[in-house]
Amino acid sequence: MPKIIPVPDELSKPFWDAVNEKRLLLQNCTVCDRLQYPPRQACLSCGSAEKLEWKDVEGRGHVSTYIVIEDGRLNRRMPDQPYNLALITLDQDPSINFYSNLPGVPPYEVPVGAAVQVIFEEVGPDQLIHEWQVVG
Amino acid sequence: MGVWEHRGMVAVAGFGHSPVDRRWDETSMDKTLGAYSMLACDMAMKDAGVTPDQIDGVICCESHIAGNSGGTSSTWAPRPYFDAPYDSEWGLTLINAEWLVKQMEMPNVKYAPSNVPTIGEMMGLAAQSVGDGLCTTCLVIYPTGNLEGRYRRGGENAEDYAKEARQWTVPWGNHGGNDFINIFPHNQYCLKYGGTHDDLAPFVINQHRNGLLTPWGYNASSGMVQLTDEDYVNSRYILNPLRIFDCDRPVNASAAYLVTTAERARDMRQPPVYVLNHSQHNFTQRTTQPDLDEIEDWTDRAARRMYEGAGLGPADVDIFNPYDGYSVMSQFFLEAFQWHGVKRGDAFAFYADDIRVEGPHPFSSSGGNLGNGRTRTAMYTDSIEQLRGSAGPRQVTVRAETALAAFTTPSSGGWMMFGKHPS
Repeated sequence: MPKIIPVPDELSKPFWDAVNEKRLLLQNCTVCDRLQYPPRQACLSCGSAEKLEWKDVEGRGHVSTYIVIEDGRLNRRMPDQPYNLALITLDQDPSINFYSNLPGVPPYEVPVGAAVQVIFEEVGPDQLIHEWQVVG
Repeated sequence: MGVWEHRGMVAVAGFGHSPVDRRWDETSMDKTLGAYSMLACDMAMKDAGVTPDQIDGVICCESHIAGNSGGTSSTWAPRPYFDAPYDSEWGLTLINAEWLVKQMEMPNVKYAPSNVPTIGEMMGLAAQSVGDGLCTTCLVIYPTGNLEGRYRRGGENAEDYAKEARQWTVPWGNHGGNDFINIFPHNQYCLKYGGTHDDLAPFVINQHRNGLLTPWGYNASSGMVQLTDEDYVNSRYILNPLRIFDCDRPVNASAAYLVTTAERARDMRQPPVYVLNHSQHNFTQRTTQPDLDEIEDWTDRAARRMYEGAGLGPADVDIFNPYDGYSVMSQFFLEAFQWHGVKRGDAFAFYADDIRVEGPHPFSSSGGNLGNGRTRTAMYTDSIEQLRGSAGPRQVTVRAETALAAFTTPSSGGWMMFGKHPS
């Protein structure tokens, strides 16, 4: 069963456009020199909106922890149950995290602490999402 | 910030609970959310010994907690409505102050704000409003609705697309909610401090035990049997390792509290339970998912704020009723507020000690949501009863002169400190 399709809005469009080009593009505050994800109207640290820019980041991270969704509420994902939902920290800034279903990793067999790299998965017509794959 | 300016000058003088049903059966007009809210208000007024004409403030949550994603479990419509006053959704699955004031014939209400959030904030709003003089005798009503169908399985959870904030969570399976918010930090907690998910079993089982000692609660009034360790560890998973018994049970019910000035409360039917402080918070998460560090920071900040405003410290708190809608969040509150000296990483050992109400560490004497159903009010009611000395078989044997109660998640909600004495 396919995943649920994100709907970009004005704020998130640059991010999803980049994902569709297989790039990971995060907000970065040039005042704080701090990455931000998900995107916001202003920097969470200094409140500046003008100093937020988009920055390509290296899609490498680690598996922090995970759960297995056995009885979730999303209709479209129910046929996939049970499936992994892992928390990925970004190596470039570990305070940034992402969700991942870790494609290719059987449920319950998630290697906590393992290195991962970003991949891109098609979830709808002309729409990719960022996913993460265990490396090594 | 300092001590709350109305400390000890506001009091809770009454409370009332409707029956707690699993769902509204959609035909019994004496069991609608409206009927149950009116019943709860009537009980609260009778408890305090006041009449409807004395009420000049009504604070009522307009949500029914099933929320936008409630789907079939949240709204009765679209179907033909009943005769007035049930000729719209109001009174069936939604309640507001305007509908209640009209039905209950309270002619002197001058303060009835709309769009008030949950019980966690409402109790604080009532205390502050009475303290500030916006009203003197205020009913706080918190309805919690539930209809046939799987809870929150409709609405946006049935859609193929994820908009707004959900675009960052739903594609991977996180539909949003406190189960997801807390289960990841809970896993990190187990890794950091040692322990396993099943170390929650003594806490969950004790919540059920306390619930069975609460006559109005779902478990006691529905003939539930005591949960055992075997039941718990063999129960099915929802978000593995989160089990079904780690989650509260959605119910159809309503509760009401009467908040007034301390001066007036002293002339009412029950001994006043004074409000020593209230505090609310709404922390902003840094990224997709709060982690353990963030959760511990938020709860530490909430504890500091509450203690400062109450002019009290951890050793002063006799009754501690944090929120437990999902069992995995309660340890964060317990450790942040350092109740009975519990520090970070100590919760599982504390749970394994004697936390029964008749023991030395009567943690969460209410039984909370896990023991009573998803009313989100047991924490407040038990705190009031413990300080009155009217908690019956739940009455603690330790000192009961102060109580902390909350409906709050680590990120948002509210706390309230009660006192048997005004200072």
